[in-house]
Parts: sequence; structure tokens; C-alpha cells
Amino acid sequence: MPDVAEQTTFPESTGTPGALPAGPPGGPGPAAEERPDKPDSAVVRDALGVGVAVGLSGFAFGVTSAGSGLSLLQTCVLSLLVFTGASQFALVGALAAGGNPYTAAAGAFFLGIRNAFYGLRLSQLLDLPRAVRPFAAHWVIDESTAVTLPQPTRRAARIGFTVTGLTLYVLWNLTTLVGALGAEALGDTDAWGLDAASPAVFLALLAPMLRSTVERVTAALAVMLALTLLPVLPAGVPVLLSALAAPVVLFLMGRAKGSSAGAGGDQGRGDSGGHGNRESRGADDDREDYGADEDRGNVAERKKRGERSV
Amino acid sequence: MNIWTAIGLTVVGCYLAKLVGLLVPAGVLERPLVQRMAALLPVALLAALTAQQTFGDGRQLVLDARAVGLGAAALALVLRAPFLVVVGAGVLVTAGVRALA
Repeated sequence: MPDVAEQTTFPESTGTPGALPAGPPGGPGPAAEERPDKPDSAVVRDALGVGVAVGLSGFAFGVTSAGSGLSLLQTCVLSLLVFTGASQFALVGALAAGGNPYTAAAGAFFLGIRNAFYGLRLSQLLDLPRAVRPFAAHWVIDESTAVTLPQPTRRAARIGFTVTGLTLYVLWNLTTLVGALGAEALGDTDAWGLDAASPAVFLALLAPMLRSTVERVTAALAVMLALTLLPVLPAGVPVLLSALAAPVVLFLMGRAKGSSAGAGGDQGRGDSGGHGNRESRGADDDREDYGADEDRGNVAERKKRGERSV
Repeated sequence: MNIWTAIGLTVVGCYLAKLVGLLVPAGVLERPLVQRMAALLPVALLAALTAQQTFGDGRQLVLDARAVGLGAAALALVLRAPFLVVVGAGVLVTAGVRALA
């Protein structure tokens, strides 16, 4: 991939080999520059940690996809070309439940929309040449964003993005293949409980997002909508309609805040960064930057926990 | 053929979503309401998908081994188990319940 080739040349082209202090014993890879903030090897370590941990879970996707009746080729094409886990699981789940291809793809697409917002933040930080962006775009996902955003310098950000993206891409696709082959060898995947893999994956992706009342209420409303509509609407449609829980909750929260302005609108958020001066600001200000704040907290938290969710 | 249609649409849609973020000028998607919606949409979808895949059987609601498996996965999550352990717990417990039933 062109962007890989270009970005991995950074260490050699800007390093100053003569001035290197002795690195940590046995420290691998490109020797650290004398930049005080963060040595390259530390960035690479962060990136590899996340990449390896999450890359292995491609196995769960391979098994689930094959168990849902997709062929080996279809399963591998999804991991190669979609490469954003939640969307992939959603697609095969919807197809297995008998949804038509359009509702199934719509659900997967809605889940993929968040990557556009990751891209926005990354593009300022990475400052990639325009020609590289179409290639780099394929790696704009939860994990690469989580590793890249907290990096102190552009160089560290580029290394973090590239190493996470490459590690995850390779492992995710290899483990998808192994999982799909394994499931085919097993035969009746339901007997092995493999139909439970997909809801378990969704729950594992969802859990770290449920940090505040807003998210929990949204999730609860979505579950109620999905289960209520499931018996009466064609497969796939209930899940799509459940997405309405998001605007409904936002609207209701906005109303609640508007009617009780000044009642300290922190909504019990779990993240703790930079809320010190919240109380002195108007309720409107508070709401204004909720999204951005949320995003940062989210990504930082995920990084801390070596988070899942591809 | 239906499956390939769905795959094709998903490939194109998801790739464009990723690309758009890198290409559009900063500011266009930075409106607070848009950002909050983007953060909440996955929450709603994932919750709905979890429920549907656990309790749905075609167009019927059922309570079967998967619910027990999901409970095990939830317990693993509470114990901060790694991703694969969470999924493994869900699968193994579901299989166990089916084998006993």
C-alpha cells in the first residue's frame, strides 16, 4: 500500500543516528529520536498492542459469517474491503435473519458513519498528502483513531496510525480466513453455540459506549423498539427503525435541559476530563461541546483499555 | 446474488464514509448536533442488534440458550475480560445449555 511505504520511511529520513542516547535495553525497531515527548518505539508498542488484540477477533467474525451462511469468498471479501467490524457483523447478522440486501446494507452503513467523524479528526492531525488519503481512508476505524489521536506529534501520530492500521488489517483478514475455515469444518455451527457469538460481539462493542445516562436511555429505548417491532415488520427493518432512539433521546434531553436551565446539566457523564468550569457556564454552552468532548473521552478511554470494536 | 448485492453496497457505503472524513474541510461535520448524533447512532444500533440476535428467531421472539449465553458474556464484560473471552463465554455457555437441554 502506497501510504504504508511512504510513512514507514520517516524514521530513517528524519532520524539523527549520531546523536542517539542508548535506548532502553533490547528496545526494538527504529531507535528513538531525542524528542522528549514520546519515542517512536513507545508509539509502535501502543499500536501493536491494540492491533494484535483486536486483530485476533477477526476469528469471531469469520466464524459468525460462515455460520450465517456466507461463503468463504464472501466472508473474506467483507473483511478485505469493508474492514470495519461492527458493520461486518451487522451485515451478516441481518442477512442470516432473512433481511433483504438493502436493509442489511443500510444497517451496516449507519454503523460505519462514525468513521467519517474519526476521519475528520485524523485528517487534521496526520495532514496526509491528498494522493495518499484514498488509501489511508481504508484504515480509518475505531482502533487506529484511538491510538492516533492522543499522540503528541504529527510524526508519532503517523507512526501510530500506520502501525495500528497495518497490524490490524493483516491480522483481521488472516483470522477471518481461519475462523471461516474453522466454522466450515465444524458443520452445524448452532450446535456449537456459535450463533451466540454475534450478539456477544455487539454487546462487547456496546458496553464501553454506555458511559452516561444519555447512552443508556438510548440503548434501552432501542432495545424496546427492536423487540416490539420484530414480530410485525419484515426482517432488518426493526433494527433500522430502532436507530430513531438516537434523535428521540437527543430531542428529549434538549427539551429537558431547556426547561430546567441552570440545573447543572452534566447528565452524569463518566469521563472526567475538563469539566471543572462547567458549572459556571450556561446550559447551552455545555450542550454545545458535548459531542466533541464525548469523542475525546471515548477515544482516550478506549486506548487506555486497549479497546475492542473494530 | 442477494448477498453479493448487500456486500457491494456495504463496501461502497462504508468506504465512502471513511473517505469523506479525510477529504471534507474541517468544520463541515463539526456541528455539535451532528457530532452528538454520530456518537449516539451506534449505541442505538448496537443495542437493537444485540436484542434482535439474542431474542429474535425469524419474526418471533424466543427465549432460548442464547439468552443464557449473552448473560455469560455480560458477566465477562463486567469482569473486564478481553474481547475474545467475552465472545467465547457467550458461545460456550450457549453450547453448554443446548447440550444439557
